[in-house]
Amino acid sequence: MNVVVCVKQIPDPASPGKLDPSTKTLVREGKLVVDDSDMYGIEMALQLVGTAGGGEVTLVSMAPNNETAGLRTGLAMGAAKAILVSDDSLKGADALTTAKVLAAAIKRVNPDLVIAATESTDGYTGTLPVQMAELLGFPSITFAKSVQVDGTTVKVDRQTEAGYDEVECPLPAVVTVTAGVVEPRYPSFKGIMAAKGKPVEQLTVADLGIDGGVAVTQEVTDVVAAEARKAGEIVTDEGDAHERIVQFLEQLKVI
Amino acid sequence: MIPATDPELADDLVAAVRKYVQQEVVPAASALEHADAYPDELVDGLAALGLFGATIPLEYGGLGLDTVTYARIVEEVAAGWMSLTGVFNTHLIGATLLKLHGTEDQRRRWLPQMASGERRGCLSLSEPDAGSDTRALRCRATPDGDEYVIDGTKAWVTNGERAGIVALAAKTPEGITCFMVEKEPGHTSGGITVSRKIDKLGYKGVETVEMTYDAHRVPVTAVLGGVEALGRGLPQILGALELGRVNIAARACGVARAAFEASMRYAQQRQTFGVPIARHQAIQFKLADMATKLEASRLLTRSAAQRIDAGERADVEAGMAKLFASETAFEVATEAMRVHGGYGYTTELPVERYYRDAPLMLIGEGTNEIQRLVIARGLLDRYES
Repeated sequence: MNVVVCVKQIPDPASPGKLDPSTKTLVREGKLVVDDSDMYGIEMALQLVGTAGGGEVTLVSMAPNNETAGLRTGLAMGAAKAILVSDDSLKGADALTTAKVLAAAIKRVNPDLVIAATESTDGYTGTLPVQMAELLGFPSITFAKSVQVDGTTVKVDRQTEAGYDEVECPLPAVVTVTAGVVEPRYPSFKGIMAAKGKPVEQLTVADLGIDGGVAVTQEVTDVVAAEARKAGEIVTDEGDAHERIVQFLEQLKVI
Repeated sequence: MIPATDPELADDLVAAVRKYVQQEVVPAASALEHADAYPDELVDGLAALGLFGATIPLEYGGLGLDTVTYARIVEEVAAGWMSLTGVFNTHLIGATLLKLHGTEDQRRRWLPQMASGERRGCLSLSEPDAGSDTRALRCRATPDGDEYVIDGTKAWVTNGERAGIVALAAKTPEGITCFMVEKEPGHTSGGITVSRKIDKLGYKGVETVEMTYDAHRVPVTAVLGGVEALGRGLPQILGALELGRVNIAARACGVARAAFEASMRYAQQRQTFGVPIARHQAIQFKLADMATKLEASRLLTRSAAQRIDAGERADVEAGMAKLFASETAFEVATEAMRVHGGYGYTTELPVERYYRDAPLMLIGEGTNEIQRLVIARGLLDRYES
């Protein structure tokens, strides 16, 4: 079974992010790292291929400046190869444009399953995987908390607010996985060394031959600071604190 | 000569260790240390990363890392919890002995098992009444046909109980000989008994034991380097201890770094007289001295490691690194406690652990007084007129 994992390479969350004042988008120059939320998908894919007893995991990414540092982490974990689309014309791409690019890159591999995180840690739109599924003509299942492949069917426990739904669909499909679907392994030293020699196919938009091409049309018109969190209400116990807390929880409709 | 590790690869390996240490070691260290509990899960994690094969050559299943990279990795682990570095230090000293002095048969037999961590190594030189004073060694290996019979007691053996192979210094008619003694991990194996677990001020979690050899028989093939190396054990072991001293220096850098970084964070949070204490000159001077000495320690450690990698004798440089870095770790840990004030003295923060762990590096792998002798004698040799 061949599995593609969409991997986003993002500015290191450990250092404070910066916005480009002219484009009002995140500055993505400098070394990028693998988005931690994609580590779960990579691990899930490696386990599914291991269980299937054959096939390989391919990482697919779109990033500026031919950046491969984050992909190398996934290759060190055990993925066989990677495809990177890097093109100056994609600077500031919105989710739909990125979905078109990734879908075109994924088509080259002809996978049985495509795995992505539910959302990225830097953009948080959470819309890309389903857009990509639509473009690929694949069914999609989101918010998977467990994934199993049974022949030509993928079976997923899909996280909901109340619990989870058991859903399944035929392969090929796109599945988005939540953090905690599996525990990502640490890349071993040998894995890190082996990753240096694994193939990373570097492509531009022209190489993908996308019908109608892609154009970055998104414009960020304004960025404002998020509203500061309001201070909580402190309940001083004068013998009736429990009642006031119950009242408060009832107001919130959580009890 | 040890082939240089690709700098980008070295950075990736160090980053991988740092991530493991931050996510797995730091949250678990204090509880394990206070309970003096052996960190089985963390050791398994380090083995899975491949640390037990760090300096073992590629052709024997190791990673073949250069000593400079190895020292950086040791610093990362020690910055999380110093004890963990002891688990692979004597293991890799044993592997270095095999790499440098073993017969090809001995290397092929043991190094691949050691590289995977399946067979763990330890070093047995010191005795209850003999440390750096090697002439006082009493452990004896008596030839008997194609075997040797070993009798004696060894002290301060890190990993002694869990080891599957011991690099053992014992007296033979030719002088001190190094034997590679196979054993089953556990309390007893043949004539070997772990006679006592030694309680310590710090360096907890990892076992430090006394081991007794009572008519324990080993084949003549256990002589490191074969029968022609009988009586050459001391220079073999002292040479491999150069790697051990770089390890101690790198751990000292790790402990000093942890104490310094904790102080930097605390000094910017804690307020007195209306300002963070980092704004007071008294604290700034401490932070400046801590950082300067830490940086100097790191550079001395790298310099000694580079010399080992170049295949040159590094007794003086490894001694200097070990001496300076360990004194620095002790000083920085103490200063960290002063910066933290009363909170540093509590068991709620790890500063008290750095304070208890630091003295190990002053004493282990040859006391700093012995290091000064080694440095001076080495220099007098080099400057012989």
